[in-house]
Amino acid sequence: MSIRYGSLAVLATAALTLSAIATFGQEAERKGIPAPPGHVFQTIISGYQFRTKETRALQDDDLENPGFLSVERAADVWKAVDGSEGKSCMSCHGDAETSMKDVGAAMPKWSEKLNKPVNLEQQINICRTEHMKAEPWAFKSKELTDMTTFVRFQSRGMPVAVKTDGPMSPWFEKGKAIYYTRVGQLDLACASCHEKNNGKFMRADFLSQGQTNGFPTYRLRDQRLIPLHERFEGCMFDVRGVPYKPLSDEFLALEVYVAWRGIGLPVETPSVRN
Amino acid sequence: MADKPRIKLPKEAKKGEIIQIKTLVSHLMESGQRKDAQGKPIPRKIINKFACEFNGKPVFSCVLEPAISANPYIQFDAKIDEEGTFKFAWTDDDGSVVTAEEKIALKA
Repeated sequence: MSIRYGSLAVLATAALTLSAIATFGQEAERKGIPAPPGHVFQTIISGYQFRTKETRALQDDDLENPGFLSVERAADVWKAVDGSEGKSCMSCHGDAETSMKDVGAAMPKWSEKLNKPVNLEQQINICRTEHMKAEPWAFKSKELTDMTTFVRFQSRGMPVAVKTDGPMSPWFEKGKAIYYTRVGQLDLACASCHEKNNGKFMRADFLSQGQTNGFPTYRLRDQRLIPLHERFEGCMFDVRGVPYKPLSDEFLALEVYVAWRGIGLPVETPSVRN
Repeated sequence: MADKPRIKLPKEAKKGEIIQIKTLVSHLMESGQRKDAQGKPIPRKIINKFACEFNGKPVFSCVLEPAISANPYIQFDAKIDEEGTFKFAWTDDDGSVVTAEEKIALKA
């Protein structure tokens, strides 16, 4: 009898060890922050926690982090005069280190003038066209992505603090609807992967919660910085759907909603991801 | 390659100390293996050589190959016996060379 129990105990231990191995590197090590009430998650976890230690090291070292090449480029552009008004970003905003602190963390913001939310890329182009009388930068252009990264980098470490009340609520609801709508030939919604299956291994990578606190993010597969709407587009393309256009109202609403899903996470721009 | 290379090494070191030098340069590193939209091969354009000198003496150099990804990051160690200047040079396929200098002093 006792022998039998002994072997049972050994079996049980073996089973435990096996399951420990199976979950190792998934739920075990991931640190997050508590989610606000009404949130679908208990814990909000940055995509940083889902990456390998090598990728994390690349992000943590400001010299190795390739995203900083963009930050440095944009720091020069910040001071450069452009457009017929003879202004640079600096003419109005002074030093970015002080004037742009917290700005990136609170985007997208409500614009009374346009009666819709405006994200960082759009705000930069509004500045360029209205105040500098310069040509707007195209989405995905090096210049716009660099400047977006540079401005958001000034909020690094600050918590994401997007406002979703008041006039923003219909946009928030619209974004939520898009988040849960299945699209494409694969019939997947954002939630199918990032809400129901985050932490699982898929496409040779760990699925994250799909947080936006690191954007624009340097993706190793693209070897350049990727703005958020391009990532949305990529996701929709990957499920074999027809993506919305970058900076469209749909993606803007989605950006508001997804930013709220990561509310309180520290901004990591420029982060490094696969 | 319009951007300034990024270099990190201590401002001063003790005599005989081994320091770590980190360098990162912005470059597309076009491998020559890719095709453009018309199906024509995109010509190779990479940084093919990196060299570092200290007071005119070679410290470290390497040949880079097309498999190395964009924005090559190179890290190496050097023993400091005297104060002086490190000179770094990255040679592009088109013959242009990007250079940078960093001084290091001796700790008393």
